[in-house]
Amino acid sequence: MSALAPADQPLAARSAWLQPHRIVLIAIAAALVLCAALFMRWEWLPNYLGMAAAGVWRTLWILVVTVVLGFMLAVPLGLAQAAGPFWLAWPAKAFCTIIRGTPLLLQLWLLYYGLGSLFPQYPWIRQSELWPILRQAWPYAVLSLTLSYAAYEGEVMRGAFAGVPRGQLEAARAFGMSPWKRFRRIWLPQAIHRALPTLAGETVLQLKATPLVATITVIDIYAVASRIRQDTFIVYEPLLLLALVYLIITGILVFAFRKLEARIPARLG
Amino acid sequence: MFSAALQRTLDIEHLLNPLLQSATVELLSISPPGWGGNLLRGLANSIQIAVGAFGLGLAIGISGAWGKLYGGPVVRDLLEVYTTIVRAVPELVLILLLYYAGTDLINRALEQFGYPAIDISGLAAGIGVLGVVQGAYATEVIRGAILSIPQGQVEAARAYGMSPGKMLRRITLPAMLPFAIPGLANLWLIATKDTALLAVVGFNELTQETRQAAATTKYYFTFYVAAGVLYLMLTLFSNVIIGRIERWARRGMPPVAEAGR
Repeated sequence: MSALAPADQPLAARSAWLQPHRIVLIAIAAALVLCAALFMRWEWLPNYLGMAAAGVWRTLWILVVTVVLGFMLAVPLGLAQAAGPFWLAWPAKAFCTIIRGTPLLLQLWLLYYGLGSLFPQYPWIRQSELWPILRQAWPYAVLSLTLSYAAYEGEVMRGAFAGVPRGQLEAARAFGMSPWKRFRRIWLPQAIHRALPTLAGETVLQLKATPLVATITVIDIYAVASRIRQDTFIVYEPLLLLALVYLIITGILVFAFRKLEARIPARLG
Repeated sequence: MFSAALQRTLDIEHLLNPLLQSATVELLSISPPGWGGNLLRGLANSIQIAVGAFGLGLAIGISGAWGKLYGGPVVRDLLEVYTTIVRAVPELVLILLLYYAGTDLINRALEQFGYPAIDISGLAAGIGVLGVVQGAYATEVIRGAILSIPQGQVEAARAYGMSPGKMLRRITLPAMLPFAIPGLANLWLIATKDTALLAVVGFNELTQETRQAAATTKYYFTFYVAAGVLYLMLTLFSNVIIGRIERWARRGMPPVAEAGR
């Protein structure tokens, strides 16, 4: 991702970045973009702008919700594997292995079609207050993306918890901190700090997983692009624009995480 | 007390009944009334694509890493653009883009040179598309592995007057292997799971076969769980093989130090 705007570099480094061949390459890229803008068909764009904005919003919303929920689930999963008794560590490990060992698309379809076909067979579910929500697609999308993120990040958190030096925890204990305070003040912050670099990568991977929800009728930006392709019979333009949208979101994510990492002092105990 | 326990078992049975769809064994049998044969055929297709894509990705990765480390400035920048774009855009979008654009471009090129248009098989297209995606990740993995070879080994090879090709074959590739294997193993597991994405373009791999079986019989839960078990078995089996390869590649190296603690 290092090709993305190196805005936080000093001026000298930036001028080294802008070598003559790069100027030529950028000119060629600009010419290609210009050609694409002039000679490809974009007249459909104004009609779908509102829909596309709603799609981007839904993609971001799913991303944020699943990352936050998934991370909250990943902390106990990692802790159970790193330090839990076997009756906690074993199920956590089994969960991570199963989720990481099967494709997300399959998990999504298992939850949506599988659970979706099972639920109506229980009358008490059908009569419950939750049924109008359970009939929609997004709960399944959020659930499966959350579980997937939790499993991958749980594995990372396991390593992060295990990697916090023992001396730190012993010092906290020597200060007479209670187990909960030890966890909250010493263990968790240092583990999160260790996991932060991978967190950025996992979040980008999660963004790249979001278009799968389009296969279960959630209208994210990918579904909007598919819809445009079906409506207008234009193949490449919506896909190229879609790729550009994801590139921009990834760029913003990487940039934001880099800023976040820079804010936290880099010394590890 | 006992009646409460009995009541609870009855409740549980009532709860489980829809789950234990009675005809599971018949549905999953290999011979035609069951769909087990279709699933296994789908699994074979998935493995075929994964092997092909991983191989292609490895080839792209080795040349990409070589270009990134030793190529000219233009080659380096172009490779950087390739790896950045492929790693930032969802596989699903890339698959659609490369699938349509790739087959279209090849047919147009053939037309230009006066050949009739060919029908590119789903297998070849799937391998090509996933291979390009894998190549970007493999480039980064192999580049990192080559960088972690002790510099003295490369210098020694140079001092012996080895040609670049011979150095690659005899020194760089074998020496980077232990560093590259964890990353490459991860890529192989990703390759097996990414084959599922080809279901979206309608290729008959395991997930697509499962969807067809489930939609035909309406036993969604049974079939998706069965496919999940097949994928999981593939992953676990791969893990065993990877462990062996890793031990083989690390032979003669000092054991890894315990991290942290």
